[in-house]
Amino acid sequence: MARVRTGVRAVTAVLAAVLAASLAGCSSTGGKRAEEARAAQTAGGKAAVNTPRWTFAMVTHSGDGDTFWDIVQNGARQAADKDNIKFVYGHDKEAQRQSQLVQSYIDQKVDGLIVTLAKPDAMKDVVARAEKAGIPVITVNSGAEASKAYGALTHVGQDETVAGEAVGEELNERGRKKALCVLHEQGNVGHEQRCDGARKTFKGEMQKLYVEGTNMPDVQSTIEAKLQSDRGIDSVVTLGAPFAPTAVKAKEQAGSDAEIDTFDLNAKVADGLKDGSLGFAVDQQPYLQGYQAVDLLWLYKYNADVLGGGKPVFTGPQVITKKDAAALQEYTKRGTR
Amino acid sequence: MSTAETPVKDSGPRDGKGSDERLVHRSPARRLMSRPELGAVVGAAAVFLFFSFAADTFLQASSLSTVLYASSTIGIMAVPVALLMIGGEFDLSAGVMVVSSALVSSMFSYQMTANVWVGVGVSLLVTLAIGVFNGFLLTRTKLPSFIITLGTFFMLTGLNLGFTKLISGTVSTKSIADMEGFDSARALFASHLNIGGVDIQVTILWWIGLVALATWVLLRTRVGNWIFAVGGGSDAARAVGVPVTKTKIGLYMGVALAAWISGQHLLFSYDAIQSGDGVGNEFLYIIAAAVGGCLMTGGYGSAIGAAVGAFIFGMASKGIVYAQWNPDWYKFFLGAMLLLATLLNAWVRKRAEATK
Repeated sequence: MARVRTGVRAVTAVLAAVLAASLAGCSSTGGKRAEEARAAQTAGGKAAVNTPRWTFAMVTHSGDGDTFWDIVQNGARQAADKDNIKFVYGHDKEAQRQSQLVQSYIDQKVDGLIVTLAKPDAMKDVVARAEKAGIPVITVNSGAEASKAYGALTHVGQDETVAGEAVGEELNERGRKKALCVLHEQGNVGHEQRCDGARKTFKGEMQKLYVEGTNMPDVQSTIEAKLQSDRGIDSVVTLGAPFAPTAVKAKEQAGSDAEIDTFDLNAKVADGLKDGSLGFAVDQQPYLQGYQAVDLLWLYKYNADVLGGGKPVFTGPQVITKKDAAALQEYTKRGTR
Repeated sequence: MSTAETPVKDSGPRDGKGSDERLVHRSPARRLMSRPELGAVVGAAAVFLFFSFAADTFLQASSLSTVLYASSTIGIMAVPVALLMIGGEFDLSAGVMVVSSALVSSMFSYQMTANVWVGVGVSLLVTLAIGVFNGFLLTRTKLPSFIITLGTFFMLTGLNLGFTKLISGTVSTKSIADMEGFDSARALFASHLNIGGVDIQVTILWWIGLVALATWVLLRTRVGNWIFAVGGGSDAARAVGVPVTKTKIGLYMGVALAAWISGQHLLFSYDAIQSGDGVGNEFLYIIAAAVGGCLMTGGYGSAIGAAVGAFIFGMASKGIVYAQWNPDWYKFFLGAMLLLATLLNAWVRKRAEATK
């Protein structure tokens, strides 16, 4: 025991020494200070209306720590601030637990619900129960087909097949012959739709490659292996922004000339588009999905307005290339694009 | 197990010819046959030969370097995990700990606007502290390591997300690629060397180094004997004077050290870290060690075996891509391949033991 205590004391001493050293060992480049210097802050926090403070809940099928859903939330929160809304958020990638979350918000008698229908069948009952309880529902992101049938007011999102088709067309325009579609979640319906959509419009050959999305070195070495085994591949399409820079590394390691393109956007993708290491990105504007959903619920509560006329409201696809990248860099850095 | 009998045998007579089995001279071939990694080596050779025929591009130098890279990222962690398994314990927090380690480096450097080496140092201390936490709790509470490290696994998963979101405002860290010290740290943890026209990732060197170090510790030092002893039976080991508590805490710190190395590789290779990553990787490390001949019950195994296990996994997972098989069946192929390699491994070992 005494020995353990001495060990603890030693560790504390070393930790203190390192902390002290850190104050001396500052970086004159990058870091938080640089970010503060950029001081690109969004205006926010103040309500623009004096409607009652309603509570809206959003429940998505996002896994833990997903950058995409972070941007959706940022959009929803800013709309909530403006509309004097209390915004609550829950997520679970298991459909059953997602529906339980929705139920718990129905029990809390929230004033509006925003849900994703990634696995529509599992959500059908609970959406019907919300309707029965008089809570208006807006669906976002996935589930455009099921949304109306389940009684939701509107669907805000991107049709994954349409987005895939846009990629296929863009690849044709760039004269690509053989493309690789990198799926980072096996069994995700939306991912399959994206690749299938791209395959539909792409005139060349398109292959699928599954990678382990939570294990970046695996993503890299698998893409590397694929590019080494098939030298004819001249473009790689990743389905999520974080995987695009990894694909660039894999391509360099494999000595391939393939162009790397991606779905979705983040700061590193914007940088990559600007410096030419990435060809194009297809953005579905997640910020808009969160923002519009909250705003449309508010409009419905305030003015009984419904947008879309029974059809989904599309937030994408928007094809972003080098010429748009510079303008978007700032917005990706603050997490709204 | 065997350790319990050792002291008894020690006191036995040594004058009679062959009275002590350990003094009997055995031919090098026989000695080779009794090594725990023998089965895994045969399994690895089988997988290697299989893909050499199944995939045209598998034997290219560049392809082998990719396979080695994939193996090394698992292998670095499989080494201490194997030692821990020999010592009779598990660590389910190992996969997430790698990401925690990377997050600490990245966020400390960024938030303090410090030289990234400072973050790397702080991360080493924090990661080692997690290892001490696991080991200390285990030895104090006497609860199964499965429960203790499962708790740590969930806590770390939550901390990774919670802290990252709290500090960075998003779920992934900000890029630190433009900060001082980044280039030298990248050179150490995530560079690649060009040897004879072939790209060799630096993780492969880390991996070889760790395997060599662990093998030396296991076979040539007193600590190595302690590890085998506590895995064989901790009460018996304690009875003959082995510092069980210290050994177990040390083993968890070994896992933490390797998690730190892997975490820094992750950080300096991709320069921004996703806080949700790493979940599930702990099983890959345990699989590599088990395929490599470490017993799930402890007391038996080797570091080289774990390395061969990681290599089998690397070959199988990338070989499937080189062979261009239908990706829908990828996981099935991977599982079948691992099962076959392990069965072959067990069969060879049984044969080897029978001829002893």
